[in-house]
Amino acid sequence: MNDRVEVRKTYKLFIGGAFPRSESGRTYEVHDTDDKFLANAAKASRKDGRDAVLAARKGFGAWSSATAYNRGQVLYRVAEVMEGRRDQFIADVRAAEGLGDKKSARVVDTAIDRLVWYAGWADKYAQVLGNTNPVAGPYFNFSIPEPTGVVAAIAPQNSSLLGLVSVIAPIIVTGNVVIVVASTLRPIPAITLTEVVATSDVPSGVINVLTGDPAEIAPWLASHGDVNAIDLTGVTSAELAKNLEVEAAGTVKRIRRPAQPNWLATPDLGHLRSFVETKTVWHPLGA
Amino acid sequence: MTFEYAPALESRAIVSIAPSYGLFINGEFVDPTSGTMFKTINPATEEVLAEISEANQSDVNAAVNSARRAFERTWSVMSGRDRAKYLFRIARLLQERAREFAVLETLDNGKPIRESRDIDVPLAAAHFFYYAGWADKLEHAGLGPNPQALGVAGQIIPWNFPLLMLAWKIAPALACGNTVVLKPAETTSLTALLFAEVCQQADLPPGVVNIITGAGDTGQMIVEHDGINKIAFTGSTDVGKSIQRALAGTNKKLTLELGGKAANIIFDDAPIDQAVEGIVDGIFFNQGHVCCAGSRLLLQESIAEETIEALKRRLQTLRLGDPLDKNTDIGAINSREQLNKIHQLIKSGDDEGAERWTAPCEIPEKGWWCAPTVFTNVTAAHRIAREEIFGPVLSVLTFRTADEAVEKANNTPFGLSAGIWTEKGSRILWMANQLRAGVIWANTFNRFDPTSPFGGYKESGFGREGGIQGLGAYLQSATDSDVHAKGMS
Repeated sequence: MNDRVEVRKTYKLFIGGAFPRSESGRTYEVHDTDDKFLANAAKASRKDGRDAVLAARKGFGAWSSATAYNRGQVLYRVAEVMEGRRDQFIADVRAAEGLGDKKSARVVDTAIDRLVWYAGWADKYAQVLGNTNPVAGPYFNFSIPEPTGVVAAIAPQNSSLLGLVSVIAPIIVTGNVVIVVASTLRPIPAITLTEVVATSDVPSGVINVLTGDPAEIAPWLASHGDVNAIDLTGVTSAELAKNLEVEAAGTVKRIRRPAQPNWLATPDLGHLRSFVETKTVWHPLGA
Repeated sequence: MTFEYAPALESRAIVSIAPSYGLFINGEFVDPTSGTMFKTINPATEEVLAEISEANQSDVNAAVNSARRAFERTWSVMSGRDRAKYLFRIARLLQERAREFAVLETLDNGKPIRESRDIDVPLAAAHFFYYAGWADKLEHAGLGPNPQALGVAGQIIPWNFPLLMLAWKIAPALACGNTVVLKPAETTSLTALLFAEVCQQADLPPGVVNIITGAGDTGQMIVEHDGINKIAFTGSTDVGKSIQRALAGTNKKLTLELGGKAANIIFDDAPIDQAVEGIVDGIFFNQGHVCCAGSRLLLQESIAEETIEALKRRLQTLRLGDPLDKNTDIGAINSREQLNKIHQLIKSGDDEGAERWTAPCEIPEKGWWCAPTVFTNVTAAHRIAREEIFGPVLSVLTFRTADEAVEKANNTPFGLSAGIWTEKGSRILWMANQLRAGVIWANTFNRFDPTSPFGGYKESGFGREGGIQGLGAYLQSATDSDVHAKGMS
């Protein structure tokens, strides 16, 4: 028996590249699936949500104008650093989701591989979703996909790491920035991920992670004038989803609300496509 | 010596307008169960053209049921190759009857015959021709193997391009295997009803296209109908938001093409004469009843005075008057209600201290008209710089640097279109990259083509019409788990 007293971690939010406590001073208890106390997580408030939107908007300019090659490398770097923390993630997922060692390892490996998969899309999606258009006249005309802007996402409640990564990666790889509300009951893998993000060359503001209750935070994000889109993947209550869609309509936000996918399966481009805009440019031809 | 234009009137003999029209449901014209009719008026003469049926709930139910039956029994099980042939037939019929459609459009809408004849109707036919060819190639749409039709689409269109907006809605929906219930705007139903006749001539299976007429209440019944799988709406941002709200929590998909307040940006190296033509095309095309109109002119300071003078000179040569006259540049405002709205915003420009200049035109005694109007000394805070006027009213602002132009252009909740005028290639591409808008016209403005996707960023809506991207509005990927999308796919 090791008689050393371990150093325990304080779990905080991740906003604009920093790790603040909730400005509200609130925390809530996180337990494993056997109901054993794991930690006190920060309970984000409306004001934390607003701070995160500010940080995200600030991060959008540089991230959306970074080269695709650069964004791809940053996502790949996140995968690299995750790989180095593989054991910690397996332990986190095991505690959070109650999975066995083998299953937890599979989930973590798939999450890392998913990041690598999306990293590769950074400099390819525009070639797949964009095109030139043979208009009937003396013009050169092309369409390109561009990031929508600030996306607020509710991460899956069950799949605390793989689901989270599968929601974040397709949003940011195109140049969007994200404010994600982690799984309420299983936030610890998300918090560990923020430590990876903070040390993986992801510019501040690109990924912001809040922990707490989506029913409390998400309505503020859905109605916020500087949020362009919402991803309701992790909203389990039909009533809350409807309320969020109503709030989102006030500024014509794009909305994604998928059926619960099988996170272990290789995704298609649907998620990525939900948060890009098509821009079409015309110019006359002439000598 | 002065040269006078001789009137060159397009004959209206080519169209025969019935005294009244029923609803087009299940391939036939039927009387509305409400028994309620409303009048459609020629905005250039205030003459009543015909009586139009107002569809009530039971009419909407009948139309949706008819579309559902046609979807399940006929259209979704038909091969793409055969669907294509029906759409090709429709394209050809529109070409064959093009002049008739153009004259009818001009009578009902008030737009110049030159525009309905050379733009609206040919583009509508081209749209059907383009999407016809997609019907048997949907596995190449970029949505994975075996993409699925959505079902019954409810489509609500505006009065500014009645037939063209119908084509933008119906052609991709049908190509993808959906059936439709379409409602034209209440002031411009006639070309949609003539299109119903084209569907009959094409032997389109009954129920694939249903056209029901009425005002906002009828539209709301379509939006809220449980038998509908998808709503496509073109119109004002306010109505678009209320539709998005109404669909919250449902599985209906939604695409929206809403308002705009586009910046048309002129740099000091632009060829001024060409730019002036572009400014005129941008805001005075179709009386400014264009969601992507270049309603905010951003002039680089050093050329502002010279450009405004050249623009005013040019505007004095525009001919306002009888829309059926082939010389006419500016037709009638579509409705008294719209004219009032334009006047109200013009008044706000006066009240808020902008400087107004109005082109000297003779205004006909009857009908609804608005002379081309230019406001200078406009600030970003003025209502005429922020709100969509949807009329022939231009607000002029100035800028010094490209950065400032981008900031001013993007300083709006809208993001439908923008224009850039400069001879410098790198600046065009940089500006095009920076502007947050769905369509960027560089050294041109207000160009449209069925192969070219159209639609907005931000509060100008979501989804695209036209091009391969336009298919995404009417197909469900077999592999994407999102069946509730309000947006692109």
